[in-house]
Amino acid sequence: MIERPESTVASIARNLEGYVGFANLPNQVYRKSVKRGFEFTLMVVGESGLGKSTLINSLFLTDLYSKDYPGPSLRIKKTVQVEQSKVLVKEGGVQLTLTIVDTPGFGDAVDNSNCWQPVINFIDSKCEDFLNAESRVNRRLMPDNRVHCCLYFIAPSGHGLKPLDIEFMKRLHDKVNVIPLIAKADTLTPEECQLFKKQIMKEIQEHKIRIYEFPDAEDDEDSKLIRKIKERMPLAVVGSNVVIEVNGKKVRGRQYPWGVAEVENGEHCDFTVLRNMLIRTHMQDLKDVTNNVHYENYRSKKLAAVTCNGGVDTSKTKNQMTRSPLAQMEEERREHVMKMKKMETEMEQVFEMKVKEKKQKLKDSEAELERRHEQMKKNLEVQYKELEEKRRHHEEERCNWEAQQRILEQQKLDASKTMEKNKKKGKIF
Amino acid sequence: MAATEIARQAGEGARAVPLAGHVGFDSMPDQLVNKSVNHGFCFNILCVGETGLGKSTLMDTLFNTKFEGEPTQHNQPGVQLKSNTYELQESNVRLKLTVVNTVGFGDQINKEDSYKSIVEFIDTQFEAYLQEELKIKRTLHSYHDTRIHACLYFIAPTGHSLKSLDLVTMKKLDSKVNIIPIIAKSDAISKSELTKFKIKITSELVSNGVQIYQFPTDDETVAEINSTMNGHLPFAVVGSTEEVKIGNKMVKARQYPWGTVQVENESHCDFVKLREMLIRVNMEDLREQTHTRHYELYRRCKLEEMGFKDTDPDCKPFSLQETYEAKRNEFMGDLQKKEEEMRQMFVQRVKEKEAELKEAEKELHEKFDRLKKLHQDEKKKLEDKKKSLDDELNGFKQKKTAAELLQSQAQQAGGSTTLKRDKERKN
Repeated sequence: MIERPESTVASIARNLEGYVGFANLPNQVYRKSVKRGFEFTLMVVGESGLGKSTLINSLFLTDLYSKDYPGPSLRIKKTVQVEQSKVLVKEGGVQLTLTIVDTPGFGDAVDNSNCWQPVINFIDSKCEDFLNAESRVNRRLMPDNRVHCCLYFIAPSGHGLKPLDIEFMKRLHDKVNVIPLIAKADTLTPEECQLFKKQIMKEIQEHKIRIYEFPDAEDDEDSKLIRKIKERMPLAVVGSNVVIEVNGKKVRGRQYPWGVAEVENGEHCDFTVLRNMLIRTHMQDLKDVTNNVHYENYRSKKLAAVTCNGGVDTSKTKNQMTRSPLAQMEEERREHVMKMKKMETEMEQVFEMKVKEKKQKLKDSEAELERRHEQMKKNLEVQYKELEEKRRHHEEERCNWEAQQRILEQQKLDASKTMEKNKKKGKIF
Repeated sequence: MAATEIARQAGEGARAVPLAGHVGFDSMPDQLVNKSVNHGFCFNILCVGETGLGKSTLMDTLFNTKFEGEPTQHNQPGVQLKSNTYELQESNVRLKLTVVNTVGFGDQINKEDSYKSIVEFIDTQFEAYLQEELKIKRTLHSYHDTRIHACLYFIAPTGHSLKSLDLVTMKKLDSKVNIIPIIAKSDAISKSELTKFKIKITSELVSNGVQIYQFPTDDETVAEINSTMNGHLPFAVVGSTEEVKIGNKMVKARQYPWGTVQVENESHCDFVKLREMLIRVNMEDLREQTHTRHYELYRRCKLEEMGFKDTDPDCKPFSLQETYEAKRNEFMGDLQKKEEEMRQMFVQRVKEKEAELKEAEKELHEKFDRLKKLHQDEKKKLEDKKKSLDDELNGFKQKKTAAELLQSQAQQAGGSTTLKRDKERKN
């Protein structure tokens, strides 16, 4: 009675003959998202003194790190640390919970081997928190504390990437969106900067480092913009906490005896490009890529480790990946049942065979013994017969002999009688 | 290796900081909206109601298009659910709409199980989503969501009260889906009857504890209109795909000898209200409620059924890994136990059979020992007989020889006697 519904996943296109109203859906989504508020976690990595904190302040036009909340770089530390600061900023009715993750001490030691490990651990721990929250039985609205973007600061040497840079980016490119930046770009002339950028991109490609890629846009205008941005990668930035007056305008910049390097001047550095890209156009995409790509990578690796214990052969793992661990266990259970059945039939067979063998042997020895017994019996019978024959023969012989004897005896008797008679008669002679 | 220091937060929670200028993240909602528009939207409606209440017509009217399907007969043996997916587009918004119809609902003589196939269908969609969510390698982003976001429950326009089938079905569905009850074919009810009918229905729903979908009033922008509309529930609708000329416009209407019922005339029926609420204002909220409330409830029940818990007996939270590992160990232990059992059983059988065979062997040996003994006895008897015969033969021989000897002696003697006699005679 209960039948499966027939659902056509292949959908049919239909034209509307009048206004329906679902074109309002985007507005509904807009409304709800504003109500919910937004969150974003930004990580900055680089040696100390590259202007990371200044850049953050410039990006968000606020004193994230100020006298009251001094930046981590002003503190002395011996080991690489990971510190996060959370701030709430509002603009145009939109609330943003911004988390800045700093890594003081990175690359500052003499021996920097594994200085990326605390960073990796931090990112993984955030993913793990999310995974656990997502996997609970009672789930509540989960805050998204995962690291959405990692700005990697490259020292403006003008030559190329340092081994530490390459190593770090290689280890983190599949865990987080990495955006490399050339720090303190006001120490490079435009030509030097161009060369430097080319060199860096070449090295990035050589080492197969996957930095954050901007998604292709739908319309041509946006595509053009994106292509322009791509050409300028890695972005060379300058940051400043100070506002200076230039030509009557108040701008953020760095005052030198020879002039002012303006932060927001597109000809001076790529800061505006960075800000537009990071905040105004691609913030959501960074979050989506983190959620759909990096987090899913982490999750599948974590769950695969749980379900495929020990050695596995690749063909099996491929199949297992498309299932949930529970379905995986179900499948394994079924496999096991089949294996047991097979084992059972095999053991049955072996058992039956052995029993048959043994029985056969018994039968054979029984038959053999029977045969021998029969033979002996026959033997005996033959002997008996022989014996009988002999006896009969002997009996016959004896009878004959005895008969003969009797005749002889009779003759003797007759003879003696006659002799007697003759003797009597003989006297008469 | 550099020592790790776990993150310290600079102050618990977030502190508010003022901005010195326009940063630009107020475009975030727009970014989000753009992404959703590019991705396309998805909405699934389930229409539950007796055959002939105008479900398909209402769908056509709501979405201004002709959907598939012919009118169904009343002789269906059971309740079937037929779903069709359509791709609609309005300005730049693409919507993948799935309409699920219940065919044969309320037609059987015994309607006790009518709700079962509906509940099963809804659960199946939840299950599919849950399975996808639990996979190791999953693609939730591109997953086609088939969960039912809204259930339009069509009430027959009797004018009196809800049927018991309606109450039973809605009670079973209210914790699984957003129910929006509507009075179908409401052009059969007069205005005064309608008010009484609505009041009766609402009170019956309340007294039976049926939770129908309430339009949300927590967002200021729509709170007012939603709360007003909440008061108009259930909506009394009329559907029509035919157009009639009223004045100089073509409007959707139903033409009667006594007048024309205009679908989009708010004084004639609540169709516009329904469209407003369902599509224009709360579509996204319906989807959200389905995901955060109904689906979560289903998921929670399912996981608890399977034995998952959030905290172990000591009230310490489980991590996902621990849970899976524990389950896995249990599972493996189970399998191993079964294997052992089977082996044991076989060992037992082998032992038994061996004992049996040994018995048989022993018997056989005994039998042959007996036979052998018999045979030996026979042989001995034969030997004895042979011996006695031989003795006889020997005896006879001796006798014979003795007799012959005697005879020959006697002959000799007889001969000599004859000689002697002859001699005497001569003398």
